[in-house]
Amino acid sequence: MLDAGRTEEKLLQVNNIEVIYNHVILVLKGVSLSVPKGGITALLGGNGAGKTTTLKAISNLLKSERGEVTKGSVTYRGERIQDLAPSDLVKKGVIQVMEGRHCFEHLTVEENLLTGAYTRSASKADINTDLELVYSYFPRLKERRRSQAGYTSGGEQQMLAIGRALMSRPETILLDEPSMGLAPQLVEEIFNIVKGLNENEGATFLLAEQNTNVALRFAHYGYILESGRVVMDGPADDLRENPDVKEFYLGMSDEGRKSFRDVRSYRRRKRWLS
Amino acid sequence: MPEQLIWGMEVFLNGLMAGVLYALVALGFVLIFKASGIFNFSQGVMALFAALTLVGIMEGQVPFSHLINAAFGTEIHHFGWHVPAVAAILLTMVVMVALAWLVNQLIFRHLVNQEPIILFMATIGLAYFLEGFGDIMWGADIKKLDVGLPQGINSTIDEVTYNIFGYGFFIDNLDLWATAVAALLVIALVIFAQYTKQGRAMRAVADDHQAALSVGISLNFIWVMVWSLAGFVALVAGIMWGTKSGVQFSLSLIALKALPVLMLGGFTSIPGAIVGGLIIGVGEKLFEFIIGPMVGGATENWFAYVLALIFLVFRPQGLFGEKIIERV
Repeated sequence: MLDAGRTEEKLLQVNNIEVIYNHVILVLKGVSLSVPKGGITALLGGNGAGKTTTLKAISNLLKSERGEVTKGSVTYRGERIQDLAPSDLVKKGVIQVMEGRHCFEHLTVEENLLTGAYTRSASKADINTDLELVYSYFPRLKERRRSQAGYTSGGEQQMLAIGRALMSRPETILLDEPSMGLAPQLVEEIFNIVKGLNENEGATFLLAEQNTNVALRFAHYGYILESGRVVMDGPADDLRENPDVKEFYLGMSDEGRKSFRDVRSYRRRKRWLS
Repeated sequence: MPEQLIWGMEVFLNGLMAGVLYALVALGFVLIFKASGIFNFSQGVMALFAALTLVGIMEGQVPFSHLINAAFGTEIHHFGWHVPAVAAILLTMVVMVALAWLVNQLIFRHLVNQEPIILFMATIGLAYFLEGFGDIMWGADIKKLDVGLPQGINSTIDEVTYNIFGYGFFIDNLDLWATAVAALLVIALVIFAQYTKQGRAMRAVADDHQAALSVGISLNFIWVMVWSLAGFVALVAGIMWGTKSGVQFSLSLIALKALPVLMLGGFTSIPGAIVGGLIIGVGEKLFEFIIGPMVGGATENWFAYVLALIFLVFRPQGLFGEKIIERV
């Protein structure tokens, strides 16, 4: 089912995690997923389904938002990573590109990229090579290297956020909602770059996305989250053909328009029992 | 040359020197504001605390001696030794770094991602605590600080100006020293912030805590570093002000004069702090000299604040402050 050439090795494993914010708000109610090395895995679902929380639980950015993983475990290459600081995780090769870009507005584009290499103790020459690599994927950033990041467009900021993550030479990139607020054409451009990075640099992606259509076209495998649970998962091609996904996420129906009365409720699969 | 003009020039020069001293305090504010978005209300008290500690170490004072004497009925005040100025300054710096670490560990580590106003309130609390703590540790009496900086009229300038204008300018040696130190400090800080990895990380943290965390920058490390730097600047300001006017409680009030300086120069600009300080220093001295006699004097008390007010109306980010970037 997986593409040829991609290994079955599971890099990242999330086992049945539960996340609680502020000690009271239960957001994830047992999410399990695994990310194979060299793949693009998509995490799909609507607003508030728990996609971002899942990514932050992995990258350990929850603490600064008063969230906490209360059950389950997260392992990377078989090693527990829940208690690591985000900086240690970056050193291990897992980096998150946060939703809404989060560039350093007052730094120039190039300075932004350089902060991505903060955890590395590489030589200046190495870092310059990597800068050029990032610029080769995002030629627009090179044109704007001297401008303040706050003054670049939304698409450029998204590219910058991804480029900045690349500067840490990551193995796995957790990409949160890259399509947010971008024109369809730009979304396509960004996803094509993600695909290129995956194929040419061997970067593994776990991407959270509301735009199910685009995500399933580029991803290899998908998980669908609904109110804090994984309700469905499968290879991207299968998910795209699944009648439920078609109806609820892709807005397509075999039988044409239907009366609201006939809309089916979801057939939930209780994954957390399996 | 008319006498008035020559006096005006002397006033101008002295204004510049006073401005440098304001700028030294403002610098500490800018550093912390740049790196953590915190307006550090306690900067003035930190200068006082640094100066107290410096005097205490130099004089071989026993810390908490009042407390110890009250508790055990003893009568100890001094260790009976004197520490040379350079060693005492280094030791004080160690204390300021320890303070920075404690402040981060006990307060700001727990306030990541909180509203700026909450962080600001925390620094007000810190200011009051530090004020009392300094008193308990070193006593509340006014102390004399002498680290060996030359003081008094600079005779070279006096002579040179006498030969040119037939009137010798009075420029204090200490002010000249303060100027040189401030210039060095600013150059070093600007180079650090703009061209080093940690400086870049510091600016990144100022922009976005979460994003900084996500690229693997350790907020704790950066904050301890920044508070240490602010402690260092506070120490320098404390030495200069302490030497000039004695180490006493009112030293912490110079922070108030730093506010208009910051509004003028911009909260985020290191060179801005200097230029703002100079403008305020020169402005208030010249204003007092020219306009003062017409309105009965004492304009120095309010001139800076009025100037800051005007700036707030027309250019809220200050002369060199970062533009407030807002994308629609």
